[in-house]
Amino acid sequence: MYGYKGKILRVNLKEKTTKVEELDLEKARKYIGGRGLSSKILSEEIDPKVDPLSPENKLILTTGPLTGTPTPTGGRYMAVTKSPLTGAVACSNSGGHWGAELKFAGYDAIIVEDKADSPVYINIEDDRVEIRDASHLWGKVVSETTKILEEECAEKVKVLTIGPAGENLSKIASIMNDVDRAAGRSGVGAVMGSKNLKAIAVKGSSKVDVYDPDKLKEVFSKCMKKIKENGVTGEGLPTYGTAVLVNIINENGIFPTNNFQTAYFEKADDISGETLAEKYLVKREACYRCPIGCGRYCKVDDIEGGGPEYETVWAFGADCGVSDLEAIIKANFWCNEMGLDTISAGATIATAMELYEKGYIKDDELDGIPLKFGNAEAIIEWTKKMGRAEGFGAKLAEGAYRLADMYGAPELSMTVKKLELPAYDPRGVQGHGLQYATANRGGCHVRGYLISPEILGLPEKLDRFSLEGKAQWVKIFQDLTAVIDSLGLCLFTSFALNAEDYSQLFNAVCGTEYTAETILEAGERIWNIEKIFNLKAGIDSSQDKLPKRLLEEPIPEGPSKGWVHKLEDLLPKYYEVRGWDENGVPTEDRLKELKIITG
Amino acid sequence: MGKKVYNLPLGGGSMKVKVKLFTTLREGRGKELMVELEEGDTPQKVIDILNIKKEDVAILLINGRSAEFDAKLAEGDVLSLFPPVGGG
Ligand code: SF4
Repeated sequence: MYGYKGKILRVNLKEKTTKVEELDLEKARKYIGGRGLSSKILSEEIDPKVDPLSPENKLILTTGPLTGTPTPTGGRYMAVTKSPLTGAVACSNSGGHWGAELKFAGYDAIIVEDKADSPVYINIEDDRVEIRDASHLWGKVVSETTKILEEECAEKVKVLTIGPAGENLSKIASIMNDVDRAAGRSGVGAVMGSKNLKAIAVKGSSKVDVYDPDKLKEVFSKCMKKIKENGVTGEGLPTYGTAVLVNIINENGIFPTNNFQTAYFEKADDISGETLAEKYLVKREACYRCPIGCGRYCKVDDIEGGGPEYETVWAFGADCGVSDLEAIIKANFWCNEMGLDTISAGATIATAMELYEKGYIKDDELDGIPLKFGNAEAIIEWTKKMGRAEGFGAKLAEGAYRLADMYGAPELSMTVKKLELPAYDPRGVQGHGLQYATANRGGCHVRGYLISPEILGLPEKLDRFSLEGKAQWVKIFQDLTAVIDSLGLCLFTSFALNAEDYSQLFNAVCGTEYTAETILEAGERIWNIEKIFNLKAGIDSSQDKLPKRLLEEPIPEGPSKGWVHKLEDLLPKYYEVRGWDENGVPTEDRLKELKIITG
Repeated sequence: MGKKVYNLPLGGGSMKVKVKLFTTLREGRGKELMVELEEGDTPQKVIDILNIKKEDVAILLINGRSAEFDAKLAEGDVLSLFPPVGGG
């Protein structure tokens, strides 16, 4: 088989059984793989209404057909499950080397079912799969767990694990791999924790076969040339990492500050990619077969590790009013060790700071440093406590929405579908805001990165305040992103590559016959099955919304001063371009056209 | 203006514009500069003065709003210049 390995590993933790099943190739090609195929499998195998932290939920760790192949950035895997944070479909994407290794071991995906009676980990060496005791790992941080497994498993094993946050069922827990790479969002780490599954160690020795190696060489050269010559992927990201965005986003006045109370941060340059490169960068890091290498590795005092990314710098920085980059690097380090999503963790602390300053959270319940905007110590201490669910940290571990809701002020959480919003104020980027409101996994930037055209001018410059054409742009970006995720490539390639490039890579590796047009249709198919999952889970269009603040309170200062988000004007058009009815429900006709249903 | 090297403040006109530079454009130039321009001068004039190649500027903002190289600058404007940047 080409691209795909043709096998799915099913592990039942209760029965302690493992089973290898054949991949349904036709279905795989239709839904591409990874995010697409696994969302389809999840929809078929679980009732979307299940409690996400119950044994009935399943966790699918899935690769794409290009994962483990010699395609640029072909090393991604995704964690697909029902999210305990949002109740919606979750698909968290990560790089590093673990995903490719799973392919080398012979599997396209692992489906984890039920719950172990006591902590376990799964050890995979090609076709030898064992469920092993993990009581000695429980409670351990990510780097320590990884080190122990590297010693007790095969040589050069790749380790995926949760930290204490996942064990404690924090709704913002991540799954970590290769120590500092994260499938971060939607609380996927808690699903692993709820199954008493601490880690999965993988070692593989096979190759991934390619359908047309000569053609692949040709397409590969073309894509590599584009990536190298593109200013973002060839220069900006390699030199400065994702934090290169800090200044440009701030200069546009859309850098959310103090929990979105404003959108311009005076001290942005103190926490910028430029400052990071100048003062703290030890080395660059790259994921499997990545020619871009946006990863950072930084050191402060006795702490060193991967990151921080742009989103992290923002969440612990501007969003918490903190301009101390050293403290941000430390908070990032602790997120990685605890297995916490950095965006959600930082944004939750920012929400707590507003709740504290407005008198909702009282001093007598705060067993630690005051949660004041600008307090650099606070972001470090509360991250650690959140990870361990210690004292007030246990409340933070629930995420921003539930925290604010506990104090009767859910409107102070800057969330969509309970997922904490990332680092762009939608009031100054109208298309991007529409994407926040409509993303199937909730308030997320990497389901359709409209910042690219609205701010960076790629592939073309759009007026960021205009509503015109934005619904169409959002749809295309969402569909294309679904393709990239499902193939197993990194979204950052899309600064340089287009739908045609992706279809050619897919065809050369798998022998498929996709075109730019039909691959986008596959992306749309994926988007729609995710949407249907959500509808069945009870998440309907009443949740396609933005926090009240962003709709009603104009940005008070800076270059986007005076703007609110105009969701109401955009949403009907979006449903229309999607071919959904006015309630945001996919029509039968559209589902037939997309071959999701037949007849 | 040619390639003449100016002493600070750069330019020499009566209209003051703040120029903010980012990433590689900072090399040898600094982060923030004041330029003194004539009425009607444009961002093109500024990059000429600073010896920046047009193709090295991917994003140009005047007061945080996207603008063109031939836009007219006004007293007190903030001009931000970026090479290609991206992330997510
Ligand atoms: S661009 Fe960055 S995140 Fe993407 S694969 Fe490369 S190193 Fe990993």
